Amino acid sequence: MNYPKELKYTKEDEWLRIEGEQGTIGITDYAQNALGDIVFVELPKPGATVEAGKSFGTVESVKAVSELYSPVSGTVTEVNGELADAPEKINTDPYSAWMIKVKLTKQSDGLMSAGDYEKYASERG
Amino acid sequence: MKTMVDEPERQAPSRLETVMRYLPKSPADREAMMREIGISSIDELFSPIPAEYRLKRDLDIARAFSEAEIVDYFRQRSAENAAGFKIFLGAGAYNHYRPVVIDMLISRGEFFTAYTPYQPEIAQGTLQAIFEFQTMVCELTGMEVANASMYDVSTAVPESVMMAVRVTGRHSAVVAKSVHPEYREVLKTYAHYQGLPITTIGFGNDGRVDLKALEAAVTDQTACVLVQSPNFLGTIEDVAALADIAHKKGALLIVSIAEAISLGIVKPPAEADIVCMEAQAFGIPMGFGGPYCGVIGTKEKYVRQIPGRLVGQTLDRDGKRGFCLTLSTREQHIRREKATSNICTNQALVALMANIFMTIHGREGLRELAIQNLAKAKYARGEFAKKAKVLFDGAPRFNEFVVVTGDDPHAVNDRLLEQKIIGGFPLKKFYPELGNAALWCCTELLTKAAIDAAAKAVTQ
Repeated sequence: MNYPKELKYTKEDEWLRIEGEQGTIGITDYAQNALGDIVFVELPKPGATVEAGKSFGTVESVKAVSELYSPVSGTVTEVNGELADAPEKINTDPYSAWMIKVKLTKQSDGLMSAGDYEKYASERG
Repeated sequence: MKTMVDEPERQAPSRLETVMRYLPKSPADREAMMREIGISSIDELFSPIPAEYRLKRDLDIARAFSEAEIVDYFRQRSAENAAGFKIFLGAGAYNHYRPVVIDMLISRGEFFTAYTPYQPEIAQGTLQAIFEFQTMVCELTGMEVANASMYDVSTAVPESVMMAVRVTGRHSAVVAKSVHPEYREVLKTYAHYQGLPITTIGFGNDGRVDLKALEAAVTDQTACVLVQSPNFLGTIEDVAALADIAHKKGALLIVSIAEAISLGIVKPPAEADIVCMEAQAFGIPMGFGGPYCGVIGTKEKYVRQIPGRLVGQTLDRDGKRGFCLTLSTREQHIRREKATSNICTNQALVALMANIFMTIHGREGLRELAIQNLAKAKYARGEFAKKAKVLFDGAPRFNEFVVVTGDDPHAVNDRLLEQKIIGGFPLKKFYPELGNAALWCCTELLTKAAIDAAAKAVTQ
C-alpha cells in the first residue's frame, strides 16, 4: 500500500493535499482496495459548501456504497469530471484521481501524517 | 370457524394416529424423529413450560376433513359471492378481461413456487420475465428505466415523491386534487412522518388541473408536482403543460396512472420525470383490492434514486446474455438507513400476469382494447346525459366519467343492484363539493344492453 508523505489523512480514509488556501481531496489506497471495483462516485457541484467531518458525497463499488467525509470546511471550487465516465481511475491511481478541490476555511482536527495513517491502516488489516 | 359438518361425537384420535394429509410428515416420520432424540411423545418437548400453563385438552376445532369435504366447503362459500353482475365500478380497480392463458402460465411450478431471484444462476427465467416487464413498461410510458414493481400504485406514489425529494434536494410537494384520494391518503402518511409539506391544487370545469393555481403554488422549494392521467375524474391531463410549469422552477413532474389500458391509446407521458403506474388492468384480478402491481419508471439519469428491485441484462463468463438484479447498493440490505426505500421485494407473480397480458396483446391489441373502452364510455356518456348531468366536458377522457344524479348515488346503486348492475363510485366522501356525483367506468366487458339498462335506471 502506498501513502504519499506530503499528504494528510483522515480516519475515514480520505487524503488531503494542501496548497495555500486550496485543499484537494480523494480516497486512499487502503480505501480503494477495501471497496473493490468502483463503479460510481456522487460528488457535490462547484459552489457547494462542505463541512469538516461531514459527508460530501458517496463512492459506490459493486458490493458497497460508502460516504465520503470532508477533512476540511470550505467551498467546492472544482470537481473532477473524469470520474463520471471513468470511476475506475480511483482504483488504478487513488492519489491522482482527486475528487474535489476546496477553498478551505478550516481543517478538521485529527488529521494524520502518512506514517500514522499507515500504522492505522495496517492495524485494521 | 363454525363447524363444517354435523357429526356425531366421537373420541378424538391420538396425535400419533392422526394423518394430516396437508402436512409433510407422516406418523412414521414422527416416530423415527422421536426415537432419535429419545422422547416418546411430542408433549415431552413442551416440558420446560410449567404445567399450570400447558393446555391439557385438545383444541376445540373441527375434526380433520377429507379433500372432498374441503372442496365442497369452499365451493359453498364461493357461491355466496355475487356473480354475473355488470360492473360500472372503476376508481382504481378495473374490470377487464383476463385471457385464460395467464393463469395457466403463472401456475407453472417454475414460476409459482420460485423464490426471490437473488441467485441469478438459478433464476434466469424469473429474471428474464421481470426484465421483459420492465422493458414493456418503459415502452408504454415513455420512460427510460422501470423497476421490477412495487406493492401497488398507492405506495409507488409516495415513493416517487420521496425520490423527487432526494433528486432535487428540496423538501415540499404540490399535488393535484384529481389524483386518486386514496393514493393521496397514503402519501399524506409518508409525508407526515417525513415532515414534508404538501400543497393541494384543484381542478377546473374541464376536469383538468388548474394551471394558474399550479403555477402560483410551485416554487423553487418544490421537489415535485404530482398528477394523475387519466385522473381520478376520468380526464386526461395536458402533461406537456404541467411539465413546463414544474420544470420552469426546477421541480420534477410525477405522473401516476391508475388505468393502465389507457396507455394503449393515450399519448405516453414522456415529459414526466417519474411515472408511477398501477398494472392491475393488465390481467391482474380485481381480487377484492389486491394484490396489485405498482411500478415506477423514470429517466436514466435518476436510476440511482429509484426505489425497488432492478433487473439488468448482462453477459455471463461465457459471453452469453443473462439477467441479474442490479444497482443493489440502492437497497436497504446494503445501504441501510440511506437506502432509497425500505422495500426489498416486488410483486413478481402479478407482474408476470401483467407481462403475459402485455405480450399477448402487443401494441396493436392494447390499442384495440383501449379503443373499445373509449367507444363504450363515449356511448355511455351520451346515454347518461339524456337524463342526468355528465360533468367535465371540454377535455378528453378515457373510460371513466362523472355523473350527477338527482337522487343520492347510493340510492341509485341500490336500485341498480336489483338488476344485477354495480353502479358508479359515489364521490361525496372525497369530493363533497360535487354533490350527488358518482364516477362511472365502462370497460370492454360491458355490453350495449348493460349500458342502456344502467342509463335507464340511473334516473327515475
